Amino acid sequence: MAAAARLFLRGANSKLSIAPGSLGTTHAAHFTFQPDPVPSQYGPTQKMNLFQSITSALDNTLASDPTAVIFGEDVAFGGVFRCTVGLRDKYGKDRVFNTPLCEQGIVGFGIGVAVAGATAIAEIQFADYIFPAFDQIVNEAAKYRYRSGNMFDCGNLTIRAPWGCVGHGSLYHSQSPEAFFAHCPGLKVVIPRSPIQAKGLLLSCIADKNPCIFFEPKILYRAAVEQVPEDPYTIPLSQAEVLQEGSDVTLVAWGTQIHVLKEVASMAQEKLGVSCEVIDLQTILPWDIETVCKSVVKTGRLLISHEAPVTGGFASEISSTVQEECFLNLEAPISRVCGYDTPFPHIFEPFYIPDKWKCFEAIKKMINY
Amino acid sequence: VQNFITVMETLFQLVVFVFQGARVVVSRSFADFTPQATFDIKKCDLHRLEEGPPVKAELTREQGLQYYRTMQTVRRMELKADQLYKQKIIRGFCHLYDGQEACAAGIEAAINPSDHLITAYRAHGYTYTRGVSVKEILAELTGRRGGVAKGKGGSMHMYAPHFYGGNGIVGAQVPLGAGIALACQYQGNNQVCVTLYGDGAANQGQLFESYNMAALWKLPCIFICENNKYGMGTSVERAAASTDYYKRGDFIPGLRVDGMDVLCVREAAQFAADHCRAGKGPIIMELQTYRYHGHSMSDPGVSYRTREEIQEVRSKSDPISMLKERMLSHNMASVEEFKEIDIEIRKQVEDATQFATSDPEPPLEELCNHIFSNNPLLEVRGTNPWSKLKSVS
Repeated sequence: MAAAARLFLRGANSKLSIAPGSLGTTHAAHFTFQPDPVPSQYGPTQKMNLFQSITSALDNTLASDPTAVIFGEDVAFGGVFRCTVGLRDKYGKDRVFNTPLCEQGIVGFGIGVAVAGATAIAEIQFADYIFPAFDQIVNEAAKYRYRSGNMFDCGNLTIRAPWGCVGHGSLYHSQSPEAFFAHCPGLKVVIPRSPIQAKGLLLSCIADKNPCIFFEPKILYRAAVEQVPEDPYTIPLSQAEVLQEGSDVTLVAWGTQIHVLKEVASMAQEKLGVSCEVIDLQTILPWDIETVCKSVVKTGRLLISHEAPVTGGFASEISSTVQEECFLNLEAPISRVCGYDTPFPHIFEPFYIPDKWKCFEAIKKMINY
Repeated sequence: VQNFITVMETLFQLVVFVFQGARVVVSRSFADFTPQATFDIKKCDLHRLEEGPPVKAELTREQGLQYYRTMQTVRRMELKADQLYKQKIIRGFCHLYDGQEACAAGIEAAINPSDHLITAYRAHGYTYTRGVSVKEILAELTGRRGGVAKGKGGSMHMYAPHFYGGNGIVGAQVPLGAGIALACQYQGNNQVCVTLYGDGAANQGQLFESYNMAALWKLPCIFICENNKYGMGTSVERAAASTDYYKRGDFIPGLRVDGMDVLCVREAAQFAADHCRAGKGPIIMELQTYRYHGHSMSDPGVSYRTREEIQEVRSKSDPISMLKERMLSHNMASVEEFKEIDIEIRKQVEDATQFATSDPEPPLEELCNHIFSNNPLLEVRGTNPWSKLKSVS
């Protein structure tokens, strides 16, 4: 397909390294991607970036599940982020097809497909556009099993959307809406930090018998490159992963922010002699309370970081639960380093995002409390 | 045309020579030009209408030059924005309007400044026709404090009195437009609201909700679909079950208009505005137009259409060329005049670029301003409990 050769990327991620600064301003990325070690237990691996690992997961799904269909805006030629390249040619146009521009329609339609028994993988082009579909997701998808007394369910539905800041996305191409969906029992919300995680978690979401929303950090689509297993494999949902053991502070995040916190952890070790435990929450709803609390019992301090605005962001839920469970173990107030309570700004983005310096500052304050 | 003008010139000089005593005029006198002419325009397709807009349009010299100036300014401004984007001075998203200038110029010619207009993200042309200077538009694109939205909005969020933007989410502006029309009706001020959207947005559910409300309550709303044949990269045939966008309102009357002809657009918009002001309720217009650039600056625009197609439209139906040829063939202006206007516009855009690149960025305090409307200073929580920022509005 000639069109596949020249895909246009709306949230072009090609300018992640320091771009030639115009007028003296630099546009360096606020994080450095840190790849995981090569997994050996899943078979042969191949070098893939995030969007390729998604394609691989979808490829595995379409191959093994004859009822699986993928649909969304522009998915046929490969998608605006190339996540579905080649799938239409391989599996046919009745399995990978475009929808017109109507998010509410896409999700509603997806719910119908799922309820009738086929595996539906819907793509919303940007997480910022998911709001017309909010009613369908919250009122229809999430509550189907409950209100029908387990007679019907739309567990076969998985919704994928690019998520998070990208450097130049501004108000409507940078949002992180996980907190809105975390408030809705019946849904699962999952956010990977890297290609290996993405493939495993996406396959778990598709296999899971509940409607899942899978947010993909768009800034990592090209920047994150790892050796990803070719065969299908799953990573369990609702299990947070401890990436780095530590004894003084627990750092919790998900998605892109994990890479920021890993850097903060090494900065803290170097400059303050503080040993940090870094936890990737992975599944936002239902989240792994036990792992986080066990860690806080050990360290006594907790820092949670995300790009979404601080008021009502998911950090508030974690903070509240942890203080309930581990009150006497806390050495310092729980710290939340998040985005400001403003719409995601256009020109002010470097000031808005919770970068490593703000997190480092917060750790210093907690240690000296 | 050139010969015709030379002949006229010679004739004029002969006349002057004959009537001795008359001053010899060195430069061309405006008495040379035809002050007004009538042009045939394409008939509009009608839906649920007995009559449509007239098939002949009158154009005076002044009007013609003004439309030319407007369209050429928008064209040059968009090309300059393209250039600045490629130099990375403009970042983020930038959706350019060149090719569609006749729509903005034609609509503005038909409505009053006190009427209202709302559109989607391909808004630079309308921002200009609604009264914002090129300087402020370019400064907003580069994110400077001299920009029309103080540098906080960017390309998709530019506003002006009676111009409600500039909206990022596709189709979300249409219910807003219906609401503005309700306000006009409620206040009884005889104003209309022009609500624009594209062929991609025409498939959004909220449009049909707006059509229903507007027709039920007979709101003075002109729904205009700018059909440039591609919704981002999807051609209309692949997105819509019915590509007759002017009929999609079903119970709302509709017109299909040639959007590359500024006179056609003007007559149709005039007809539509009269329809609304007479209390007959909403009306839909489909403007068949074309954009030369891709959907946005990250889209080359050639993976879903051929270069030949773009070239064909440029050579056969370019709105600015069409107007220019019409005026020249009817001797309403001279080639030199157009050249002079072009030079003026070029300078205007250059000056605006100079301003847009040298103006300082908005101060950091602006980050938290205008979130809420508040009297006492509101404190905005920052990234951690110890940082609180002040907000005013």
